[in-house]
Amino acid sequence: MIQLTIDTNKIKEARNYAAKIVNSLTWLLQDYTSTTIERTVLRLMGIDGIAGDNTPIPNLVVEHLQQKKVLNRGAAYWLANAIVAKNLSAQEVAELVATNQLDLTEISAQPNQKVLEILDKISSENLAKIAEQRQIRQQAFEKYGRRNKPAIYVIVATGNIYDDVVQAKAAAREGADIIAVIRSTAQSLLDYVPYGATTEGFGGTFATQENFRIMRKGLDEVGQELGKYISLTNYASGLCMPEISAMGALERLDCMLNDAMYGILFRDINMKRTLLDQYFSRMINAYAGIQIQTGEDNYLTTSDAIEKAYTVTASQLINEQFALISGIEHKNMGLGHAFEINPAIENSFLYELSHALLTHTLFPDCPTKYMPPTKFATGNIFRTYLLNGMFNFVGQITDQGTQLLGMMTEAVHTPHLVDRALAIENAQYVFNATKDFKNEFTLKPDGIINKRAKQVLEEATDFLRKVSEKGLFQAMSAGEFADIVRTETGGKGLDGVLPKSEDYLNPFMDKMKTELKLQ
Amino acid sequence: MSIKIDPTKIKPYGDSLDDGRMQISFALPAPADEKGKEAARLLLKKMGLENIEVCYYSDLGEGFTHFVAYVSTNATIDLTKIEVKTVDTPVMDLEETDKFMAENVKRKITVVGACIESDAHTVGIDAIMNMKGYNHRFGLERYQYFRTINMGAQVPSEELLAKAVEENADVVLVSQVVTQKNIHIRNLTKLIELAEAEGLRDKMLFICGGPRISHELAIELGYDAGFGSGSYATDVASYIAFHFAK
Repeated sequence: MIQLTIDTNKIKEARNYAAKIVNSLTWLLQDYTSTTIERTVLRLMGIDGIAGDNTPIPNLVVEHLQQKKVLNRGAAYWLANAIVAKNLSAQEVAELVATNQLDLTEISAQPNQKVLEILDKISSENLAKIAEQRQIRQQAFEKYGRRNKPAIYVIVATGNIYDDVVQAKAAAREGADIIAVIRSTAQSLLDYVPYGATTEGFGGTFATQENFRIMRKGLDEVGQELGKYISLTNYASGLCMPEISAMGALERLDCMLNDAMYGILFRDINMKRTLLDQYFSRMINAYAGIQIQTGEDNYLTTSDAIEKAYTVTASQLINEQFALISGIEHKNMGLGHAFEINPAIENSFLYELSHALLTHTLFPDCPTKYMPPTKFATGNIFRTYLLNGMFNFVGQITDQGTQLLGMMTEAVHTPHLVDRALAIENAQYVFNATKDFKNEFTLKPDGIINKRAKQVLEEATDFLRKVSEKGLFQAMSAGEFADIVRTETGGKGLDGVLPKSEDYLNPFMDKMKTELKLQ
Repeated sequence: MSIKIDPTKIKPYGDSLDDGRMQISFALPAPADEKGKEAARLLLKKMGLENIEVCYYSDLGEGFTHFVAYVSTNATIDLTKIEVKTVDTPVMDLEETDKFMAENVKRKITVVGACIESDAHTVGIDAIMNMKGYNHRFGLERYQYFRTINMGAQVPSEELLAKAVEENADVVLVSQVVTQKNIHIRNLTKLIELAEAEGLRDKMLFICGGPRISHELAIELGYDAGFGSGSYATDVASYIAFHFAK
């Protein structure tokens, strides 16, 4: 069996530092809320649609409450109070607010008991919809069999959701297990979720609830034909993390890119905002049975993959702890890493194998997500195709959960139909040809692979110790992560962070916490 | 016996001179059968290609088929008549550039850079500007004679130019990574038109870069220089250094 000889105490030590880092942020996660969390609550109450200048109604209602300086009590309270007083539906109340026909703060306070009752009813009804989607997914996997491992993950990114469906269906027929619809490049920094079906996007397609629905329908159709459940993934990241999760939960997405720190480091979103948003976002994913996937590959896109390998390990361990406190089980944690070592380095394949094994050893129960070579994909499509084959080989023999397939036309264009088909053919051949390879070999305990893994783990442990002593915010302010300096008051979206009042209400979070057995 | 190549009439080389052989791969919305194969052959014939050998096809699903073909072309190119616009200044490493600028520029050059408009990718601008650079070439920030301001990604053209004015920039550096539906051309055009409208075009050096940008394209769009894939900070730094050397 190909496995590392590694000191389990060292793993424990690293994990403890990560837990300490995450647990020191309880004050933020428990006592604060954000504008996008409140918009998510509204969406979970069934509020949808746009008004005025094509602005989503959840945004308009939250802006109204923010202007009146009462958002810290929670949008749920104000909506419920109006629902009781006016005997209208949540959507009807929200529409009146969105069109300036109703001021929620002018409605007299209704009996608390009634407000709580209506919130209990609305939240139960809507959470039941999510639970139903979770069940449909479960039943489909029971009927058709579990997802392949490594799962073949490919991307569609035409900008037009209808073209995306054609390409996704073709990919499913060729053998894809998971389809990702890449988002339009500008979306992560939008402080709202666009509405409706979209046919224009750049570098990808907008994540909207309607687009989710259209793609889900397409994949269910082709899945039925093939006798296989095709999974769908999108990106719960950026300034609308929990809203995207809620939409994904309602439309039965199966995975979500959902990293705790990616937005802070790589999109310059404020750290308080991101950590708060990811907390609720991940809780929704946990409740919906959605597998989260994390973006550690980003640490290696500009930094050297050997020198900075420890940052991947450290981030995985931090992401794990953040996921745990949101109720995500290990079987739904797709922690990320990547095959990005310079192929010109002697024994680069052994180092890749070592890094991938370390990830597998640290997270044996997680469907880890392995990202393909991109940095050294030069436009020489033939060489890149070979690199992808080596990458697939490592993925199979280190038991990765998800193999995000490399495209030979990386660095040339967004994949053509043929590029994707050839990538799937590559993966299927390698996976099949090396199926039981890992059971036939053992590693030298003091060989290159073991030594390298030991070194990366040691460097990660030292790093986590340092961060746990300083605190996460201070470490980020000092540029400890990815050489990027981020401050507590810097970045986008801080104005959307606010302390909860004593009488704050969020029935969805309360119920999900109870069901997920969280504090 | 040596092969005699006529540079005024070159053709693709397969395994003998002037055989014109090329490999072609593409998909058609056609069935994966003999009919589809014939469609592929006729398409290649219409393109003026000869000796067409469709050596492989496979079903891509949803009514599409992938074809691989070998073909010959009769087209020839006169190599002696080709002129390509390239950045023709020599490329120096970091130490050489520092030394060169100390002797010939004698002041700090201010570079303001960004990945503009809808493009959210900082990887290109970071690789050129930031201290750590890329693939063992340090970025401009590390050079002695550059003062750099990297504004990151999704920077509106207006903001980039405002910053350039505020900082009294010598150089404006623009990155574009996303190229789908030629969005990079639209964004780069917008920036240069704004610069012209504000009377800044000739006051600063405008340089663009990205995976699908060539020096020629950059000149065509109205920039001073363009750097494509495979370019490093050393290329950009050397170009700027020579430009400001007096």
